[in-house]
Amino acid sequence: MEYHRHLDDELDSLRDRVLLLGGEAEAALERAMNALTNRDSELARQVLDQDDQIDQLEVEIDRQCIDIIALRQPAARDLRFVISVAKMAPVLERIADHAANIARVAIDLNNEPELKSVVDLRQMAEHALRMLRAALDAFTSNDAMAAREVIKSDAEINELYNHIFHRLIELMVTEPSTATRDARWLFVAKHLERIGDYVTDICELTVYMAEAAFIKHFK
Amino acid sequence: MSTDLSKPDSRLLPGSAATPVGSVGAATRPAKISVRHLNFYYGKSQALFDISLDIPERMVTAFIGPSGCGKSTFLRTLNRMNDIIPGTRVEGDILIDNADIYASATDVVDLRLRVGMVFQKSNPFPKSIFDNVAYGLRINRMTSSKSDLKAHVEQALKDAAIWEEVKDRLNQSALGLSGGQQQRLCIARALAIRPSVILMDEPASALDPMATAKIEELIVELKKQYTIVIVTHNMQQAARVSDITAFYWLGKLIEVNPTDKMFTNPIEKLTEDYITGRFG
Repeated sequence: MEYHRHLDDELDSLRDRVLLLGGEAEAALERAMNALTNRDSELARQVLDQDDQIDQLEVEIDRQCIDIIALRQPAARDLRFVISVAKMAPVLERIADHAANIARVAIDLNNEPELKSVVDLRQMAEHALRMLRAALDAFTSNDAMAAREVIKSDAEINELYNHIFHRLIELMVTEPSTATRDARWLFVAKHLERIGDYVTDICELTVYMAEAAFIKHFK
Repeated sequence: MSTDLSKPDSRLLPGSAATPVGSVGAATRPAKISVRHLNFYYGKSQALFDISLDIPERMVTAFIGPSGCGKSTFLRTLNRMNDIIPGTRVEGDILIDNADIYASATDVVDLRLRVGMVFQKSNPFPKSIFDNVAYGLRINRMTSSKSDLKAHVEQALKDAAIWEEVKDRLNQSALGLSGGQQQRLCIARALAIRPSVILMDEPASALDPMATAKIEELIVELKKQYTIVIVTHNMQQAARVSDITAFYWLGKLIEVNPTDKMFTNPIEKLTEDYITGRFG
């Protein structure tokens, strides 16, 4: 029994670590969007500074997963959990990378005169954040149903992206003088849309963990 | 973008499993052995309860479960090795190649020629390596000449992947071989009489990792020609060598499934608890 208490402790520690990584990714996105909307370059730089810590956390999770597989040889639900975490950690790290890219755009935009916002990136970001929080909750509670609901909501973020994309292209044509700014906003919108896709990946891994069903690439 | 709004997304239906884990590589073959409603008793004590199971031909089926769960007892019913224990009784049917092995007309000696057995502890006879393998061939008069006998012994030793190690000392005592070599010699002895089924009762539990690896490689090789049933306490071994895994508990067959499904997504909670080590 002692052995299995150790395994349970290690799995709990792994769960804590991946949730910590998820929390860091969420915080990075929130700060990057605040930096953009409040023209706060200092906050944007904090996001960039913290990206290394997030990368380090991903490496630690990777190592911990390899150790558990090599030393504990988990099976069934334990194996599915470890595999899901191993695949989820780089996805969360990529979300944080997108947040860092948004922070870089914020710094660039803040170096230029302020222009009236013509698209609602905040709404898109809030939707992405809600999705990410719900995905992490579904993972924590091993809830495949909740994960499936989050995947469905990715359609909304895609719609928002399409709307913003067309609006910004239209503006680039009609007002070429602000095309650089519009292009930067378009980058931000694309980062948010990609974050929605990554959150979908996290939910697919949660469904695998809970039900042993591979739903990726199947429609 | 990952979602096409124009099409229904069937993977999002609750309980949908686009590719259920365990479906890959689990192609089954026709049953070599069919067991129906098997009960087994040691005197008044019932050891096996209503077991029904098909064992596919030319695949490896592993029996796992805690000590005393009945897996070895069940294995021994498949070639009637339990007959030699006084007071035992069998109910139900066991069919091998569609013939009831407990029918009154069954020749038990013939049955054990067709269903060979390898035990936990290697048990070579105190004879030469050659004579160990030739023993079954001789007493069953299965060869027509000395050269035929030599050819059969050589082939059995080759099939058991031990020929290269013993070919220059066939007349030396089998007791001089290492534990792993003795176990492969016993497998060669079982193979020599050309069975179609080989039962293995923890065949590698007394061996070091290198010798175990050789036995496991051999099992995977042998399944091309033989139906193999293996009892093992080593779950990693079951995962490595078997195609089908059956889990027993307190004399009952709890679950049988393709091995990859069993080790990633077992159906029964008891199986999951056993496989993840949270049993009891």
